[in-house]
Amino acid sequence: MRHTISLLVENKFGVLSRISGLFSGRGYNIESLSVGETIDPQISVMTIVTSGDEQIIEQILKQLNKLIDIIKVVDMIDLDHVEREMVLIKIAPRQEDKAEVLRLTDIFRGRVVDSGPKTYTIEVTGDEKKIAALIELLKPMGIKEFIRTGKIAIARERIKKPSV
Amino acid sequence: MKMNGAEIFIESLKREGVKHMFGYPGGVVLGIFDLLYENKDIELILTRHEQGAVHAADGYARSTGKAGVVLVTSGPGATNTVTGIATASMDSIPLVVFTGQVPTMLIGNDAFQEADIVGISRPCTKYNFLVKDVNDLARIVREAFYIATSGRPGPVLIDLPKDVTAVKAEFVWPQDVKIRSYNPTLEGNKWMITQAAHLIAKSKRPVIVAGGGVILSNASKELKELAEITDIPVVMTLMGLGGFPGTHPLALGMPGMHGSYYANRSIQESDLLIAVGMRFDDRVTGKIDAFAPHAKIVHIDIDPTSIRKNVRVDTPIVGDAKRILAVLNKVLKEELKEQWGEVRNAWLKQIQAWKKERPLTYTYSEEVIKPQFVVEKIYELTKGDAIISTEVGQNQMWSAQFYKFDKPRMWLTSGGLGTMGYGFPAAIGAQLAHPNKLVIDIAGDGSIQMNIQELATAVINKLPVKVAILNNRYLGMVRQWQELFFSERYSHTKLDETVPDFVKIAEAYGAVGLRATKPSEVEPVLREAFKIKRTVFMDFVVDWKEKVFPMVPAGAAIDQMMFEEKKETTEKKLKAVK
Repeated sequence: MRHTISLLVENKFGVLSRISGLFSGRGYNIESLSVGETIDPQISVMTIVTSGDEQIIEQILKQLNKLIDIIKVVDMIDLDHVEREMVLIKIAPRQEDKAEVLRLTDIFRGRVVDSGPKTYTIEVTGDEKKIAALIELLKPMGIKEFIRTGKIAIARERIKKPSV
Repeated sequence: MKMNGAEIFIESLKREGVKHMFGYPGGVVLGIFDLLYENKDIELILTRHEQGAVHAADGYARSTGKAGVVLVTSGPGATNTVTGIATASMDSIPLVVFTGQVPTMLIGNDAFQEADIVGISRPCTKYNFLVKDVNDLARIVREAFYIATSGRPGPVLIDLPKDVTAVKAEFVWPQDVKIRSYNPTLEGNKWMITQAAHLIAKSKRPVIVAGGGVILSNASKELKELAEITDIPVVMTLMGLGGFPGTHPLALGMPGMHGSYYANRSIQESDLLIAVGMRFDDRVTGKIDAFAPHAKIVHIDIDPTSIRKNVRVDTPIVGDAKRILAVLNKVLKEELKEQWGEVRNAWLKQIQAWKKERPLTYTYSEEVIKPQFVVEKIYELTKGDAIISTEVGQNQMWSAQFYKFDKPRMWLTSGGLGTMGYGFPAAIGAQLAHPNKLVIDIAGDGSIQMNIQELATAVINKLPVKVAILNNRYLGMVRQWQELFFSERYSHTKLDETVPDFVKIAEAYGAVGLRATKPSEVEPVLREAFKIKRTVFMDFVVDWKEKVFPMVPAGAAIDQMMFEEKKETTEKKLKAVK
C-alpha cells in the first residue's frame, strides 16, 4: 500500500543522504521525494511517497524516527490531509489539436506558462489522479516531455465537532 | 580562554573523563599528536593497525561500560576503522572515533589521503559529524559522547579537518546536552508492563530470552530477580552471555544455530517468550515461520525498530531494560502473588529431562586435543573469573558453549558482524582497562592472523593478554559447512602448511610462545601461561575434524538440530530439511 510520509528534519548537510541511505540500505522504495524549507529556516519538511506492506511501513516509520536529524515523522494516512503535485508538460500538438490542448488545460485549471512556434508548456497542479488523467488525455496529442515535482502534503485543520 | 582546535579536542576529552584512547598518527592529525607527546591525563595506545585500535576501544568499552575512544588520521587511517566501527554498530557498543580530515578548503578535491569518511561510515555509525567550525568542536564532542552512550548505544564518528584543529576559538564546555530530535525512551509503558505481568502469571511454559541489551543497560540484577521470583528459565543469546549467571539452575545457555538442545526445545515448546534486549537475529530464530510457534511474545527493547522487525510481538515494551524489569518485578511481587513453584514444576522437570537427553558434549580423546577440552580446561582453571574474548568461527561457538559466564562484561565477542580478528585487539583493550584481571582471547589459527600485528601493542604496553589458539590448520567453521553441505570440497579453507609457527611469532615480537600437541599437555601449558605476567601465545594443536554441534542448518527451524553422529544419519536429516 502507498503511504505519504511527512518529515520535519534539521536543515543540515547530509540529512538527505541519511534518509535516502536508510531507504536504499534496507531495500525500501522511494516513489517520490520533495524537500523545502519551513517557516523556521533551521527546519526543512520532506514529503516521501513510499509503498510496502504494514510491517514494512511500520519499520520505515520507526527507522525514520530513529534517525537523529529527524524531528517528527507523520504518516499522512492517519490524518485528513491535502495532497498536491505540480507537473510541467511540454507538448507539440498538430495544428488541428492546438485548440483541444488549450481547452483541456483550461478544464484541468492549468496554465500555459510558455509557448513557442511548435510547443506549449503547461503547468498543472492537483492530486495524483488529476495529473495522471491529464497526461493520459494529452498523450495522443504529442507530449514531448513532462516533469513532476513529486507529492507534497499538508494536514487539514482539525475542527472540533460541536457537542450536542 | 582561547585555545586552538587540538587543545579544545584534548580539553573536551578530559571533561568527558577519557583516560585512554587507541590510535595511529598521520599527516593531518600531527597537531593533536604533538599535544599528546606531553599530556599526562590521556594515554594514547599506539596499535599497529587502525582496525586494531577500534577493536581495542571496543573491548575497552564492553568490559567497562564506558565509551571507547579512537584517534586516527585521514584517508586510509579512516577507512581502516570501518570494520571496527561496523562491528561495534552491530553489537551496540559505544565508541567515539575521531578521524583526521584534509583541510576544509581541500575537501572534495581528491586531496592526498582524503576519504569521505562521513559518507563511508554513515550506515554503520549511530551518528557522525564533520566539524567545519572550531567553535562547534567542544559541543560536538559532548554530543558525540552523549549519543554514543545513551539510548541504544553505538559508535559515533567525528571527522576533524586539519585546519579546524589549528585555528583558535574560545573554549566553551556546554553544561547540558539537548538534541531536540533525539530523545530515547527510557521508561516503559506501565500498562504494557502490567500486561506482561499478566501474561507471565497465566503462562505455563515461559522462557526468558536475554540478549546483549541486558548487559548494556546493567540489568543483570533485575533479570536474575525476575527469573527467581517467577521460576522462569533463562536462555541467553551470544551477546547476552553473562547477563544471567551461566551456572544458575535456571540457565539454559545459548539458543539458535549452535545453541543447546534444551534451549532450543524450550523456546519451541514455550507458551510465552519474554525477550529482553535482544533482536531476534536470524542466527537465533532459524526459520522464522517455525520459530516458537506456540508462544506469545513479550518484547522489551530500547530500540523501537527492533520490535516486530523479525517476529510478531504480542506485548511490546520500549525502554531501558533495567528500569522496565524493575517495574515488572514490582508489579509481579505486589499485584500477582502466584505460587510460581507449583505452576512451573512440570515445565522445569521437562527442561531437566531435555538437559539429560542431550547435554552439550563432545567425545574426549587421549590421542588428540579436542578444542572443546581446551575451553573446558580454561574454564576450570580460571573458575569463570577471566575476561574472555574470541575471534569468529568455531573458536567462538565452543567458547560460548563450554565457558560459563556468571557475570556481565566478561565476554567480548563480535556477535552481529562476526568479525575475524576482533578478539585479540579487544582483549588488549580490556586488559588495559583491567590490569589485574586475567584476559584470554580464545582464537583460531585463521582469525588470529587477521590482527596478529597487535602482538607488538600488547608487548610494548606490558599487557599480559593470553591468547589460546585452537589450531586446526583450517578455517574451521567454513570447513565444517563444506563438509556438511558441499560434499567435503574444501575450497580455500585448508591453511595447513601455511600456518605459521605461532610460538616463534610470539617470540619474535618479544612475547612468550607455548605449545601443546597432546591432551596431557593442555593443563600444564595453561597453568604456565596464567603464571607468566607477560603476553603469551598458546598454540593448541587440535583435532581438525572436530565440528561445532548441535547445529541447525541454515533455513531450518531451531529444533531441527544436527548432533555429533554418524555421517549417514546426518546426511539423511539434511535431505529431510531441504
